[in-house]
Amino acid sequence: MNPSAPAAAQSSVPPTLPQHPEGSIYHITSSKVHMPGTNGAAKPGAKPAGGARASDSVPNATMIKWLRDMILIREFENRCAQAYQQAKIGGFCHLYLGQEALAVGTINSINHDDPIVTAYRDHGHALARGMSPRACMAEMFGKLAGCAKGKGGSMHMFDKPNWNFGGHGIVGAQTPLGAGLAFAAKYELEVMKRSVDGSPAKKKVSLAYLGDGALNQGALHEAMNLAGLWGLPVIFVVENNRYSMGTAIERGTTMAHDLPAKGRAYGMESMTIDGQDIRNLYDHFKPLVDRCREAQRPAFVDLLTYRYQGHSMSDPQKYRVKDEVEMFKSRDSIALLEQHLLTERKCISEADVDAIVAECRALSEDSVNFAESAPMPGLEELYSDVYQNIQPNLSPTREYVHGAKNELL
Amino acid sequence: MPTAFADIDFSKPLPSATGDRQIQFREALREAMSEEMRKDDRVFLMGEEVAYYNGAYKVSQGMLEEFGPQRIIDSPISENGFAGLAVGAAMYGLRPIIEFMSWSFSLVAADQLLNNVPKMLYMSGGQWGCPIVFRGNNGAGGQLGSTHSWTVESMYATVPGLKIAIPSNPYDAKGLLKTAIVDNDPVFFLESERMLSDKGHVPEEEYYIPFGKAALRRGDWSGERDSDITLVSFGRPVNFCIDAADELEKDGIVCDVLDMRTVRPLDIDSIIQSIKRTNKIVVVDQCWPFASIASEVVTQVCEKAFDYLDHQPVRVNTDDVPTPYAKNLEMEYLPHKGKIMAAVKSVVRR
Repeated sequence: MNPSAPAAAQSSVPPTLPQHPEGSIYHITSSKVHMPGTNGAAKPGAKPAGGARASDSVPNATMIKWLRDMILIREFENRCAQAYQQAKIGGFCHLYLGQEALAVGTINSINHDDPIVTAYRDHGHALARGMSPRACMAEMFGKLAGCAKGKGGSMHMFDKPNWNFGGHGIVGAQTPLGAGLAFAAKYELEVMKRSVDGSPAKKKVSLAYLGDGALNQGALHEAMNLAGLWGLPVIFVVENNRYSMGTAIERGTTMAHDLPAKGRAYGMESMTIDGQDIRNLYDHFKPLVDRCREAQRPAFVDLLTYRYQGHSMSDPQKYRVKDEVEMFKSRDSIALLEQHLLTERKCISEADVDAIVAECRALSEDSVNFAESAPMPGLEELYSDVYQNIQPNLSPTREYVHGAKNELL
Repeated sequence: MPTAFADIDFSKPLPSATGDRQIQFREALREAMSEEMRKDDRVFLMGEEVAYYNGAYKVSQGMLEEFGPQRIIDSPISENGFAGLAVGAAMYGLRPIIEFMSWSFSLVAADQLLNNVPKMLYMSGGQWGCPIVFRGNNGAGGQLGSTHSWTVESMYATVPGLKIAIPSNPYDAKGLLKTAIVDNDPVFFLESERMLSDKGHVPEEEYYIPFGKAALRRGDWSGERDSDITLVSFGRPVNFCIDAADELEKDGIVCDVLDMRTVRPLDIDSIIQSIKRTNKIVVVDQCWPFASIASEVVTQVCEKAFDYLDHQPVRVNTDDVPTPYAKNLEMEYLPHKGKIMAAVKSVVRR
């Protein structure tokens, strides 16, 4: 029942990782992890079965849009960092810098009404799914115009119109939700024979994103078992940026050199994909989505990436050497796609890129200005959205109310 | 056509609770689920042994036959996984009923139950709620030892966003569960293994019992005779209170026995109405005393009806120790008729 897993897909990958000065604390040296060939399956530049690259058939205009979406995330996150340092954003703030190709590549491999759910590093997914930068930034500023009316914050980017079932704060806790989204979509198809809103049911695929840190949470393993057991069309997308907070993957996770083994254990098609090269990501991920949709079954993907910033804005990053960060920056996902469009497809010019950057910078700036001047939620919002069917005596101290309409809806 | 919560007329009087259609508590639960499942194909039942085993406690007996394996779903022993799956499915638009074989086992799903289920509506700024019913056995089942005898209501009731129903008889079990299934908020529905075989009249006609409306089991709102004391309880111990009240009546002590039916919402109004004529209250609760529902009731009574009290409020809880295995120790540990009568007599001196 386990479909044979295709060879892990890697494109050009850097040679060896720089060593941490206290390298001895690593049980396995970093260089052994996720480097091509270490599990006997990964082949640099391997093409997907069939030979043709899925990304080759992506129109120029679409690929330029990908570039633009990635640049928007980059510019937006830079603005977040700034606003956080100015104490305009409170609480925790986890930036997506370096990982832009993952959200953009995976989300562009699915349909708009395919549900997604993710963890707390969620701004990139929200923007890639179509949330306005204003709603996203206003949420972090704790304003009523935020996607969750300022009640969620950085870790809770919910967007119903765009089928984004939220960023979630507890590591791994979102993965059973991903299985549940897939369960519901399959239930529409097979039991109700229509969708919950009355329209015809269709074959959907859900994406449940997680960081590599969540690989060690029980919730994920229960979710994968249920998905494998019941053939739920969900893809567990590991955004493997090599660190769970400050703990390098091989210090916290078994089989770090072959994560797809974990997916295979639950009977699902599993693969490693170099996620920094969005074309390579799409080449392997899009056909996988299509297979999961068609056969209504789950999959597990280890997407290799790297975060340029610390775990959160308060992270001094003592656990990794600067050279390592620089090495990954030398294979920056935006630069790779830009290069492809400039020199191989020749469909844009340097001036076009500059214009895109300027547009995204302006949008991000606008989002900050908007968030800054937007009104705070009224104090009545404190007591709204606690219950849908409000009745007396639900609380000893407060009567709950129905709150403002969410701006997004 | 599914029944919508907004369309139920809760002001309509409930059908008579007396009659000769005697069915078991578990059958009443089954009727509630089956009726709602026939009307609404978004509702499904998932849990350990609910399908092919016909329910670990036979609550779902025969439901697999009627609704098939895609709506009566056996889950692996994986509470955190299927509780979380229910959250995703409910956000998507389905209406899951999740059976915990025991609420004791819900503790391994605590993150989903305490973080995601009650808070999703708030965290998402009103975009998504979790219309899920979690139901199963709560409280000491009879010599099951410390880990399998949890009463979870005091622990879960502290979280805003949940509703908690605790029926004490078959009639309420059906009417409250039907309301729970159509409610758009998450409902924790606490049953008792010790009551599943209890029989009582459950009328043929359809009815939904409103949450937050206590039932007066002994005593009389008409005021013909004022009671001496207010006994407040919920779930299984209501029956011990009724037994105690009947016994006390022989000694000339008349009790109002209030069955709360739900603890969130908590019908403090009825409690105060009763206290206004009894001026005394004993709260009987099968949770541990520290930060229990009884503590909450007593607090609210002191806050809202202090001037009506002639005696300090008294609580009868389980003893403040882990649940023992030995039969005599477990008996002594739980609230029972004798403890309730002693508590009442310490307040009403005759």
